[in-house]
Amino acid sequence: MNRINKIFKEKKNNILSIYYTAGYPGLGDTVTIAAALEKAGADMLEIGFPYSDPVADGPVIQASSKLSLDQGMDLNLLFEQLKELRKTVTIPVLLMGYVNPVLQYGVERFCKACAEVGVDGCIVPDLPMVEYEEFYKDTFLEYGLSNIFLVTPQTSVERIHKIDSLSNGFIYLLSSSATTGKNLQVSDTTEAYFSRIAAMELNNPTMIGFGISSKETFDKACKYANGGIIGTAFVKSIASGNLEENIETFMAGFRS
Amino acid sequence: MNYFVNEKGYYGDFGGAYIPEMLYPNVEELRQNYLKITGDADFQKEFHHLLKDYVGRPSPLYLAQRLSKKYNANIFLKREDLNHTGAHKINNTIGQILLAEKLGKKRIIAETGAGQHGVATATVCALRGLECVVYMGEIDIQRQAPNVARMKMLGAKVVSAVSGSKTLKDATNEAMRDWINNPVDTHYIIGSVVGPHPYPDMVSIFQSVISEETKKQLAEQTGSDQPDYVLACVGGGSNAMGMFYHFINDENVKLIAIEAGGKGVGTGFSAATTFLGKEGVLHGSRSILMQTADGQVVEPHSVSAGLDYPGIGPQHAHLFKTTRAEYVSITDDEALDAGLLCTQLEGIIPAIESAHALAHLEKMKFTGGENVVVCLSGRGDKDMDTYMKHFGF
Repeated sequence: MNRINKIFKEKKNNILSIYYTAGYPGLGDTVTIAAALEKAGADMLEIGFPYSDPVADGPVIQASSKLSLDQGMDLNLLFEQLKELRKTVTIPVLLMGYVNPVLQYGVERFCKACAEVGVDGCIVPDLPMVEYEEFYKDTFLEYGLSNIFLVTPQTSVERIHKIDSLSNGFIYLLSSSATTGKNLQVSDTTEAYFSRIAAMELNNPTMIGFGISSKETFDKACKYANGGIIGTAFVKSIASGNLEENIETFMAGFRS
Repeated sequence: MNYFVNEKGYYGDFGGAYIPEMLYPNVEELRQNYLKITGDADFQKEFHHLLKDYVGRPSPLYLAQRLSKKYNANIFLKREDLNHTGAHKINNTIGQILLAEKLGKKRIIAETGAGQHGVATATVCALRGLECVVYMGEIDIQRQAPNVARMKMLGAKVVSAVSGSKTLKDATNEAMRDWINNPVDTHYIIGSVVGPHPYPDMVSIFQSVISEETKKQLAEQTGSDQPDYVLACVGGGSNAMGMFYHFINDENVKLIAIEAGGKGVGTGFSAATTFLGKEGVLHGSRSILMQTADGQVVEPHSVSAGLDYPGIGPQHAHLFKTTRAEYVSITDDEALDAGLLCTQLEGIIPAIESAHALAHLEKMKFTGGENVVVCLSGRGDKDMDTYMKHFGF
């Protein structure tokens, strides 16, 4: 059982997962941020590896990715940095990014490197489900990695069941079909969608992401899922100033 | 050998639909419907009516006498430059706007580099009364002001793409982001044979009218519908795919795709994808693209904005890998010279994109009597600034 499965077993509700971009704001901040987030109460981490053409991301994460790349981040360096990860960090860690850097690095090599540094899972939004099932699944499982799929309000019931059958960590529910960084508006339709998913009694736990930026929106997410994922709002909060203080302040807002 | 798309959306190793879940319903809706809709008799009737009476097809296949004499071969120019809006791009936008209507879409988005596809999209949106938003890189907006004005006059909203390198690649990213955020009422008219399946197939089908006509015209003019060579320039590759389409299974017809070599393949300022690229995923399909060892997409360079793209469509990658088509590159200077030559020998000012295809004639050896078709994909009016600066007119 990897750390992702464990956390959902131990803590069923209010799981707080934080996304940030590796190599941002400083190239060497990747592990520092992970440790500070755990200390400040995060339950799970999603570390973004940057890509030049992040089509699912809004302006904030695009900008952090670009700065990170400009500063020299790549997968080789990231895995080098992550060798230090498990010296201080005990919570589950996922890598999130686009498929092309993984292809160039080599899928098996990527999975192996994840396992070696203690990464528990991956989120690769532009890796299609059929490709995953046919070409990647066995390798992911061999190295004990959870692959996380996204679901949107437009995803069909049939497809959600298929996703559930292929998932081995949690399912990432998008609050709406949107790029990252929009604000979550819980309208009647969103509520109906979240309730519809909750009623499906899926095998995997669910986390709601995209648009969660405050305690209020996080609490709403937790009403319908096992927890919430915060990305853009966190990335924004560490743009400048003292990193550890920023993280402490940001996280304090979610503990109240 | 199958050179066309298979039931899984692949051309050999290339193609597929590498898209985030947010785009899945839109792309799946298209995939399930595009053949059914475009194969329908009423659709075909409307499509061909508009191509004939609105676009002005068939475009002539012109035996260029003085170029033929110079190169010692029969050089035929397929005159896509004479289409309404001045390039082959409109063949695809007419097809896709009709498809969007059948799917009940109310809003159209598109990406554009030089502005030709943006203008062709804005044109069909005006024609059919649909809302139109065109994404264009901030840098391209500055260097293609007349096309920006044309789009605005046609009623389109032109949105500046300020992310990344602020050119075509980033305009495409922005259009995809728009589609993610507007998943229900919007159709994305991709301008080339790129993107997730079924786009490369769909766009090539709409553009295949180019080779369909060429075959008939060749038969009339030469007695055979099979030339010795077919030449076309490749950015993403839509005019080339339209020009090759009905010749692909005629294995004795040599297909030559001309890429933009920029300042030269080894200079770091080039868009010659098959020379500089590696297999990978860009804009939703597996193909060949220019990238770093880490898989970051590299910014290309070409004097011609329409060829300034770091990838090629997946079917081109397949034709390249199977060697069914030959891929060559032409530099900025060679293309500009060929544009001037065509202008002064034939009285036709070609787009700099098309001039790349013409420039390859210089490098070919003919024994006399070969039939060569060159796709003159667009007219050069939009490029007058570049021609003027280069030649000092």
